[in-house]
Amino acid sequence: MSEEVKTPKLDDLEKGPWPSFVSEIKTAAKTNKMAKDLLGQLEQSYEDKIGHWKHGGIVGVLGYGGGVIGRYSDLPDKFPNVSHFHTVRVNQPAGWYYTSDILRKLCDIWERHGSGLTNMHGSTGDMVLLGTTTDQLESTFQELTAIGFDLGGSGSAVRTPSCCCGQSRCEWACYDTMKLTYDITQHYQDELHRPAFPYKWKFKMSGCPNDCVASIARADISIIGTWRDDIQLVQDEVRNYSKAGLDINRDVVNNCPGKCMDWDGNNLAIENEYCVKCMHCINAMPKALSPGKDRGAAILIGSKAPIMQGAQLSSVLIPFVKLDDEESYKDLYEVFDAIIDLWCEEGKSRERIGEFIRRVGLANFVEAIGLEPTPEMVGAPRDNPYIFYQIEK
Amino acid sequence: MSETVKKRITDIGPPHYEKFLPPVIKANYGKWKYHEILQPGVMVHVSETNAKLFTVRAASPRLLSIDKIRKFADIADKFSDGFLRFTSRNNVEFLMTDETKIPPLIEDLRSIGHPVGGIGPAISNIVHTQGWVHCHSAATDASGVVKAIMDELIDDFTSMSLPGKLRIAFACCLNMCGAVHCSDIALLGVHRKLPEINHDMLPKTCEIPTLSASCPTAAIRPVTIDGKQTVEVLEEKCMFCANCFTVCPSMKLNNSEFDGLSIWVGGKVSNARTEPRFSKLAIPYLPNNPPRWPEAVEAVKNIVDVWKKNARNFERMGEWIDRIGWPKFFKLTDIPFQKEHIDDFKHAGLTYKTSTHLTQS
Repeated sequence: MSEEVKTPKLDDLEKGPWPSFVSEIKTAAKTNKMAKDLLGQLEQSYEDKIGHWKHGGIVGVLGYGGGVIGRYSDLPDKFPNVSHFHTVRVNQPAGWYYTSDILRKLCDIWERHGSGLTNMHGSTGDMVLLGTTTDQLESTFQELTAIGFDLGGSGSAVRTPSCCCGQSRCEWACYDTMKLTYDITQHYQDELHRPAFPYKWKFKMSGCPNDCVASIARADISIIGTWRDDIQLVQDEVRNYSKAGLDINRDVVNNCPGKCMDWDGNNLAIENEYCVKCMHCINAMPKALSPGKDRGAAILIGSKAPIMQGAQLSSVLIPFVKLDDEESYKDLYEVFDAIIDLWCEEGKSRERIGEFIRRVGLANFVEAIGLEPTPEMVGAPRDNPYIFYQIEK
Repeated sequence: MSETVKKRITDIGPPHYEKFLPPVIKANYGKWKYHEILQPGVMVHVSETNAKLFTVRAASPRLLSIDKIRKFADIADKFSDGFLRFTSRNNVEFLMTDETKIPPLIEDLRSIGHPVGGIGPAISNIVHTQGWVHCHSAATDASGVVKAIMDELIDDFTSMSLPGKLRIAFACCLNMCGAVHCSDIALLGVHRKLPEINHDMLPKTCEIPTLSASCPTAAIRPVTIDGKQTVEVLEEKCMFCANCFTVCPSMKLNNSEFDGLSIWVGGKVSNARTEPRFSKLAIPYLPNNPPRWPEAVEAVKNIVDVWKKNARNFERMGEWIDRIGWPKFFKLTDIPFQKEHIDDFKHAGLTYKTSTHLTQS
């Protein structure tokens, strides 16, 4: 690269112990003119205290309606190499596992076709290839598919499903999150690549109620592992934790939301009937306690960030399902498809399923998709007496 | 053309994850029995067959050059048979079976500037959005503020001395890519000035009914100005959500003088002990002060310090505040309570205090 870009403000962010994104951009800028102009434009933003990207446009690859986010500089004369700087979302392997070999192949593609900058990973879970021009999109896509990768979702579509590492590494996983995530992603390929919904739709799979992918806060469908029999308990290991200094009454028993534990200094008793499967005691003593053997998942629905009517957490739709095989996945897809059909028919533009349910009422929604109301669906029954009684004619 | 089209592969989805799993994981998939944290950033998972998988977790700024990813690949070849993964909070993990390789791996990671940590009662990296690096609606940068905060909190990443887990998240506008609204501490970029309407462009770029419908408070009304069909915004109804900008580029909210960020506390997504809940407003506005946002860094540091000093074992930020009450939180952190703290949107009444459970002031 010819002349050096002066970036006094960003240079300050190369100091300090935390790894620096500025150093990453500078590294790429040594050999890539897009990265170099990105650095220049970012310094300009730091100077002006404002972003310099324009509203996205519609760009993409043939036959897909998503996976690429159009991005244009509002200073194209000053930074011509980022005048077009589109993001490519690449669907990550479930659990974000890679080999050195496949990472090198991905890097080679992005060296040929883009800025050489990435996000590992974006908020939804995709590998994000940060910045390229429209004419590079198709070749990037074809080279990605040649090594077995595909684009992720964007717009009013199924967004790239993501999950925790589940049974691949975690003893607490109550179902195979990676297998289900792979299966869901394949099942909804058309809906993922071709936006046809009222708004975005996210699936997130967590193996246990610790919810490491925050599914309860940001997924339209949150599939959270849980169990329905007794916690598995090894008394000797509980005693070992006690001997090692853990205050079992203060730190474990008194923190139990179900108030279903008792520790007499030698034995831990659990009234499993009242356990709410919060995971605290298991988190605190992983060698002594583990989830029961009759494992599955709770299906919750409707969480989202504030846009438009305010943030929501997901709420219980199905308190427990077994997810042991593909047959059980098919039963789930029948429920999801009924929900999506109803939402596509009745939902307003830019209305997430959670807001749709608030508008029509959970009771009406549940009835429309053919489920029976159950007490697990609510924190409490209604406290207002304005009831829309429907006496059968 | 037809040749190219024939060769095109589409709708294949992601590669199957099994291709990228180390042999020890394939052999012990679903058979893991327990795990232990051996030292900050290092854990071992032990299976029913007594197989051991060692994980070393290193910090990442999320924005990575291909140069750095290739370095990670080289390190993986050297220490973990080429196997690695990334976490839901953007850290990188090396997966290995040979315990003796852990110290030299940590040394190699340190030498390229990636400290090891983020497991157990620690801060596990800040999840964040694009900010000025790549987003059109950002009210603040993301990567820069995150870098400045993590430089300050680094010791809480590389050690395990916090009362419980600390999840900090950053979103550069109210669209909130990611789950910042349920974090121990959330930083959220905010606009505070009415949309700047480009009346010349608006009729050409936006559908007025869609634009009006996008406003949660019905503040946007169609009007005719100089013979052009455009819109006006009712000032007293605008809450600066930028929904209108999302559907219409002619409603610009970005403002170099008045944009900034807000700080929210006490949310969580885990079900452990207490139910998942939203973060609540602690500080309504701090200015954009690049490159290091000292006001934001100081505010986060203060909240973390007060929590560290006062919380009990395992108590997350929100659980600690539950116990001591909000008045005490504001007192201990010395954060002024002001008008903006009291909700006035749809579910406002749910946050009013409807009891006399009030602590000593």
